[in-house]
Amino acid sequence: MRKDVVRRSQRDVLGAVLVGLSSVAMLAALGMVFLYAPREATMGDVQRIFYFHVASAWIGFFAFFVTCLAGIGYLVQGDRRWDALAFSSVEIGLTFITMTLLTGALWARPVWGTYWTWEPRLTISAVQWLIYVAYRMLRAAIEVPERRARFAAVYGIVAFVTVPLSWFAIRWWRTIHPDILMGGEGMAIAPQMVHALVVSVAAFTLLYVTLLWLRMRLERAVNALACLRAITLQKGHSDGTHHSSKGPF
Amino acid sequence: MNFLRTVWAIVGKDVAAELHTREMINAMLVFSVLVLLVFSFALDLRGAAARAAAPGVLWATVAFAGTLGLGRSLARERQTGCIDGLLLAPVERSAILLGKALGNLAFIAVVEGVLLPLLSALFGVPLLRPAMLLVTVLGTVGYAVVGTLLAAIAINTRAQEVMLPILLIPLAIPALIAAVRATGVLADGGALADVGGWIRLLVVYDLVIVAVSMLTFGFVVEE
Repeated sequence: MRKDVVRRSQRDVLGAVLVGLSSVAMLAALGMVFLYAPREATMGDVQRIFYFHVASAWIGFFAFFVTCLAGIGYLVQGDRRWDALAFSSVEIGLTFITMTLLTGALWARPVWGTYWTWEPRLTISAVQWLIYVAYRMLRAAIEVPERRARFAAVYGIVAFVTVPLSWFAIRWWRTIHPDILMGGEGMAIAPQMVHALVVSVAAFTLLYVTLLWLRMRLERAVNALACLRAITLQKGHSDGTHHSSKGPF
Repeated sequence: MNFLRTVWAIVGKDVAAELHTREMINAMLVFSVLVLLVFSFALDLRGAAARAAAPGVLWATVAFAGTLGLGRSLARERQTGCIDGLLLAPVERSAILLGKALGNLAFIAVVEGVLLPLLSALFGVPLLRPAMLLVTVLGTVGYAVVGTLLAAIAINTRAQEVMLPILLIPLAIPALIAAVRATGVLADGGALADVGGWIRLLVVYDLVIVAVSMLTFGFVVEE
């Protein structure tokens, strides 16, 4: 019991540290994006979307990679915590991919004159978004927790291996995206822009880790509550107190 | 050797069962003709527009008709309780997957065998070429295998068959793009060498998806 209390307080400290660190990192990223990075010559200030667009796209992909690894972990070890990691990562990844699509549309409108183009990186983000949504729908359609975890793990793995292939297929299909970091036709990139991008990506990654950690803690709390509820119910029965079979409510 | 015998036995069982009723294959065939009809109305496919759209129409039709058959094939296993017998048999799980997938591949191939000449005649595109056989097979193998895996998942959810297309289509996108593009080049009179990149992509997709599906199928049917 005592050990448990100590571990819980350690978790609280770690949570506070993570939240603090990612807040500072996000502020630093905002500062660099708006104050440090120079104004882009042809696109103007709208180009500053780029730092958030790329960072959230990166998280979208990274989160799905984590889901795939967690899926493998679950299938090998059968530990429910792997499953919690997998779906927490999907929930956060879905949020960030949605942000990628929205910022992409906001950026594309003034620069390319249209909200949506079938540009490879946007298209693969849209495909990924659909896969994430399918993953969530799959989970929602299965009631047995053990089976839900198993099926979701399989889907997470199979879906993830198709992503690089989709990427190649879409890339060969057509491309008008500026080759930003390769110094292609898109935009002139100053060293300060690279610095701002790196900080922004780092801040988003930290934010992802923090959200993931908090989400998994929430899941732990939900499970603990379910356990307590079951114990209370059982106690009630053994005490001879009358309970309806429907639960504590 | 034993593995292959198991696979063939399952394929034989599915083909024999289908030959008795023909309900699946007939549904797929009629449905694909309906999809063709819808496409030509929706896009007003005549002349040059029809020729340009033919590869896309072909593969979209195959993808939609395929989900119909895939969903049905696993639902039938469950209705008849045949899947329980298969799982009780002392055979490898991946052999069951491959057997079911090859059966589904055969049914989709029948649909494609009807669609290719039909499209050639209706849309005026030369799709009846030997090179198209290779593209068709490569474009369908991975789809049938991952489709069978996901159908086994889908029938065990509350939404059942409705779930299958939502799970399957996003994962079939690489094969779909590659097959459409390769078909387009071939329909324009290109040689097999002109579609080497797309063929390679299809081969990689098939290999990866078959390997991953075989590795994970055991987890889908355990319990």
